[in-house]
Amino acid sequence: MNDVILNMKNIHKEFPGVKALQGVNFDLKRGEVHALLGENGAGKSTLIKVLAGIYIPEQGEVVVNGESHIMRNVADSQAHGISVIHQELCLVPYLSIAENIFLGRERTAGVFINKAKEAEEATALLKSLGLDFNPNTLVGELSIAQQQMVEIAKALSVKSDILVMDEPTASLTDKETEVLFEVIRDLKAKGKGIIYISHRMSELFEITDRVTIMRDGQYVGTVNTRETTRDKLIAMMVGRELTQLYVRDEPKPGKVVLEVKDLVDAPMVNGVSFSLREGEIVGMSGLVGAGRSETAHCIFGISEAKGGEILIDGKPVKIHNVREAMQNGIAMVPEDRKAEGLVLINSVGYNLTLTVLHEIFKGRPLGDAKHEREQIERYIKELAIKTPSPEQLAENLSGGNQQKIVIAKWLATEPKVLILDEPTRGVDVGARAEIYGFMNALAQRGVAILMISSDLPEILNMSDRVLVMYQGRVMANLGKHELSQELIMHYATGVSD
Amino acid sequence: MSDNKLQLQTQNGVARYFKENMGTLIGLLVMCAILSFTTNGVFYSSRNLINVLRQVSSNACLAFGMTFAIITGGIDLSVGSILALAGTLSAGFIVNNDMSPAVAIALAILIGTLCGLFNGYVIAKTTIPPFIVTLAMMQMARGAAYIYSNGQPIRVDRLKIPSYEIIGTGYVGPIPLPVIYMAVFLIICVLLLSKTRFGRHVYAVGGNDKAAIFSGVNVVKTKMAVYTMSAFLAAFTGVVLCARMSSGQPTAGQSFEMDAIAATVLGGTSMSGGVGKIGSTMIGVLIIGVLNNGLNLLGLNSFWQQVAKGVVILLAVYVDMLKKKKK
Repeated sequence: MNDVILNMKNIHKEFPGVKALQGVNFDLKRGEVHALLGENGAGKSTLIKVLAGIYIPEQGEVVVNGESHIMRNVADSQAHGISVIHQELCLVPYLSIAENIFLGRERTAGVFINKAKEAEEATALLKSLGLDFNPNTLVGELSIAQQQMVEIAKALSVKSDILVMDEPTASLTDKETEVLFEVIRDLKAKGKGIIYISHRMSELFEITDRVTIMRDGQYVGTVNTRETTRDKLIAMMVGRELTQLYVRDEPKPGKVVLEVKDLVDAPMVNGVSFSLREGEIVGMSGLVGAGRSETAHCIFGISEAKGGEILIDGKPVKIHNVREAMQNGIAMVPEDRKAEGLVLINSVGYNLTLTVLHEIFKGRPLGDAKHEREQIERYIKELAIKTPSPEQLAENLSGGNQQKIVIAKWLATEPKVLILDEPTRGVDVGARAEIYGFMNALAQRGVAILMISSDLPEILNMSDRVLVMYQGRVMANLGKHELSQELIMHYATGVSD
Repeated sequence: MSDNKLQLQTQNGVARYFKENMGTLIGLLVMCAILSFTTNGVFYSSRNLINVLRQVSSNACLAFGMTFAIITGGIDLSVGSILALAGTLSAGFIVNNDMSPAVAIALAILIGTLCGLFNGYVIAKTTIPPFIVTLAMMQMARGAAYIYSNGQPIRVDRLKIPSYEIIGTGYVGPIPLPVIYMAVFLIICVLLLSKTRFGRHVYAVGGNDKAAIFSGVNVVKTKMAVYTMSAFLAAFTGVVLCARMSSGQPTAGQSFEMDAIAATVLGGTSMSGGVGKIGSTMIGVLIIGVLNNGLNLLGLNSFWQQVAKGVVILLAVYVDMLKKKKK
């Protein structure tokens, strides 16, 4: 039984008003990938923070390599061979890759930093991850996905026995994910224990050996990945049978509401044309960098198109800013809800009405408090946003509920065209099902929906039609009956016929 | 029924104000209590209390503007200089151009306000940090005040034109006019920030300007309005201060921006933007004012007052951070 390198027993952690962890158990064996699964707010991150020495539990035991020890701080945790790759990137953008990797553990020669040695070690590390970066590149110049890989390289450089990966693939492309999985298999073979947190079911079945499920701060159970099914895991996670994740009724497309002709905003958008009908959900697929978000930004007035035409209800319109897009009945749920969707340090209610202030303050300089309260209550109820009160700060809500706020604030504008950019990224299964439900209901009510997504199952199951983009152009317009993963990838990689 | 609910809301508002500002309010009360003992009650004489309010009135007006600027994630270092420029111009227009005080004052405040509009325009339209833009304006406005006045105070004859002086020295009943101005601006600013659409936008720009843009908030307009307003308050204050002395002083308001920032920060406004309240800033203003007044009454020299002010700021902000961390 010397196999077990980590054993967390009966961990309790309480915050004012919240029992975040109530008797959670978790163990990790050498050479194993053990997934931690649960909806947002289930307590996964709290458990990891206990392991990382960020939180100190009130009760419970942590046994590392046979020795009972509660981590007092991050350095303590690292000294015990634990290294955590957090979901939020913890890199300094103005330092180089090598400097970031060795931050706090600089390789020195006397009092000076040995840059050559750092560069050499960093290069070797990056190579082992299949990356061909110059270690002197500033981290700020890398894409998010590339930064994620640097973060992983940094964790590996500590030579730890226990590696925690919190949603490592959230911003990676399929190819990068494959590389990461290669690395994980390699680490496994070297006898490291890996704790893997992800919402993506398919990944769990591909890479993990066991899965521990948590719900509402409680330990639900641990199962061998090979002996379980996706549905069983979801049932354990949400505490009920989730009969159907995707909901899409028979579409009833009406007249064309939005038409885009030869839209140009170089270098990312190079002549995009498509149209959207009332009551349609149109998926937009493509690889990272295909120009999908950029196209949406042109339509929504975030950036101004340099060429081409946008028609609303058949009439050409010029959209210079978001306000004008709103006046034309366009709404958009942006890709990054924390950076673009919400004012996190403000309340749920504040965020919900940010798009309709002109209505609340119409003819009333001090606002219509009653109307505002009604609006807020209505949307909290309609979208089942789980919040103790409208005064709660948005940052304290789970990812799924934050996303619901962003959707709600745009529904409040009663749009004709709704653009959703990665609507379920980082959203737990329960909330995902709800979001699909809203999309279906909206489409049935006649709203035209453009759904940009990198999640292929979501594209395949929710779209009535799919546009595939490649290098700033729409390569294909695929009807529901002809949809397949292969066909989408075929066009997304630029193979034209 | 709905009236009932509304009342609950306002009660909550008052209760919340006390709860949010517990630390600074206790600090202020403790200071007052100590002063009432050590000064044998002089501190609590109505004359002295009114005096304190008059002394803090100029810093209060500047701090209100500063609070708006800091909540948008910026800062306004130019207020002290704009204050001097507007004050000097108002006196100069009367003396040099034979303008009536009303016209002179209006014109001086307009010019000061335009300085703020310029600040706001540059800050909103370029990526130059507000710190730099307003630092530049601080130099330019101060320089302009010196150039216009040749570095000398411009005296307005009290006997010939008494109406100018009254703006600074007048009373309504027992209350000095500057205190009235402060009260009016306090109410306007509280309402603006907490109850209007503009106020919402100010919080959005500072809290997450990207999300603000994505929500259709006019970030450019919001920033321009904030710096214009801050400059207007500074120019108004400058005119009142110079009127009080019946003399346009190009050296007026030196390092006033620092006191305004100190009061704002004491009130719990976050230097990184998105958080802050005018009512809390007012407490910060009073703490600094009472400290100055008390140390004066105790006969401590002004050099020590500065040291004391520094210590209080550091302590207060530290305590505030501990409180927030606990949450």
